[in-house]
Amino acid sequence: MATLSIAEPNMKNLLVLGAGTAGTMVVNKLRPLLSEQEWAITIVDQDTEHHYQAGYLFIPFGIYEPEDVVKPKKQFIPDRVRMLIAGVERIDPETSHVHLDDGTVLEYDQLVIASGTVARPDQTPGMQGDEWRKSIHDFYTLEGATALAEKLGTWEGGRLVVHITEMPIKCPVAPLEFSFLADAYFRSKGMRDRVEIVYVTPLDGAFTKPVASKQLGGMLEEREIAVETDFYVERIDDEAKALVSYDEREIPFDLLVTVPLNMGAEFVARSGMGDELNYVPVDPGTFLSTSWDNVFAIGDAANLPTSKAGSVAHFAVELFTDNFLRHIRGETMTDLFDGHANCFVESGDGKALLIDFNYDVQPLPGKYPFPVVGPFSLLEETTMNHFGKLAFKWIYWNALLPGRDLPLPALMSMAGKKEVPV
Amino acid sequence: MSLATLAGQEIHVDDEGFMTEFDEWSEDLAGRLATNIGIDLTGRHMEVLRFLRKDYEAEGETPTLRRVATAGGYPTKELFTLFPKKPAKKMAYVAGLPKPVGCV
Repeated sequence: MATLSIAEPNMKNLLVLGAGTAGTMVVNKLRPLLSEQEWAITIVDQDTEHHYQAGYLFIPFGIYEPEDVVKPKKQFIPDRVRMLIAGVERIDPETSHVHLDDGTVLEYDQLVIASGTVARPDQTPGMQGDEWRKSIHDFYTLEGATALAEKLGTWEGGRLVVHITEMPIKCPVAPLEFSFLADAYFRSKGMRDRVEIVYVTPLDGAFTKPVASKQLGGMLEEREIAVETDFYVERIDDEAKALVSYDEREIPFDLLVTVPLNMGAEFVARSGMGDELNYVPVDPGTFLSTSWDNVFAIGDAANLPTSKAGSVAHFAVELFTDNFLRHIRGETMTDLFDGHANCFVESGDGKALLIDFNYDVQPLPGKYPFPVVGPFSLLEETTMNHFGKLAFKWIYWNALLPGRDLPLPALMSMAGKKEVPV
Repeated sequence: MSLATLAGQEIHVDDEGFMTEFDEWSEDLAGRLATNIGIDLTGRHMEVLRFLRKDYEAEGETPTLRRVATAGGYPTKELFTLFPKKPAKKMAYVAGLPKPVGCV
């Protein structure tokens, strides 16, 4: 087996697995802060394309085209970072080596696992059978979102079921947004009366946190979208076209738009480093592995009790940078992450809501980022929020991925928020 | 956080009734908690509850439904029969553990 030497023998190696939102930001933030004489940085990814995944939502409705959400990964990786396109076979955390699927073996001093989470339709019986991409669709991949755009364009109506297989999922508000946008889309086509929309969730309400769940649940009701809660799918009967739950409830559909089970990378499981869903157990404040002192996991790859979303990865990397510098100097990591998440929730008809929350504080109404003046409104549908959501695509490509500082605090702030009795 | 009295014993519970003190739980108490939510405990229920308690002690958090099924080896379908409708929540309640964080 070949060991690829990319550093001088007296240099240290930082190895980042995954060049998605979190991994790309990590190398952009750390390269200027780590001496090039002392540290070599390598980033590994199996794909050459970077996808703005938050944009998938708009593709089925013809608001974005596939080319809006794809750029070459290489464009976002700094020159002084070595990028390798390869799959990861496994990590050997005991000897600090990573085996790539082309036989290359990489040694590391510090490892950052940023391999995200992916949709796994293969994990639910009947999902990926004869009806896959016919009457059963998803929008969590570019192929899925594109196929769904084609389907919606010619669909004549019937029972549309929007479904979440199991939590946690990437961007937990996306299926709600999909439902709101579907309602607006069918209204604009003059066919809403021919479409019944049902929202099926394993949660006990529209969302995970009480105040937002009430608000979002009310919005489903206003749009005459029926909600089926506490629904754990066991299988899909693709002949009868029905979701079947473990407690034997059946929900028939003409068109199913499902969010398949989300799981972390298989190499995490092969390396014996993951939980049941292949997420890496880490300290929720520092992202340091609970088992190895030179392994971090950041973004969706980690088992953090917060949303799996680009905004979380962004705030997390902001805090991680200084902590990492302390860690390699042998100091205590002092900037602890609070689980800060922040999502625009597209609600149709050119409006959106914004939610801002963390491990301990649920989404509350108010203004963001500044009290009174906003300009964004929390938990309230406004046109300004919608523009914020659309503007975010530009910010993502041009400021966030390259690691430029955004004028938003990494930790959540209570300024501008109003307490609400539940 | 408040105090409740169950089977003549004072226990600490949160505002949804989940016990908050790991050591206040006993198998006797489990029977009473189960009755509160309409479940008659069997030996099989107790097996599952013991797994939940042991796993919580080791991991520091209430196991998810998936974890009870995969790490514990109790099929999901059976968990829905033993603890109908909301098994994750009901198992945690009867096992005297915090409400599962579930999700975010």
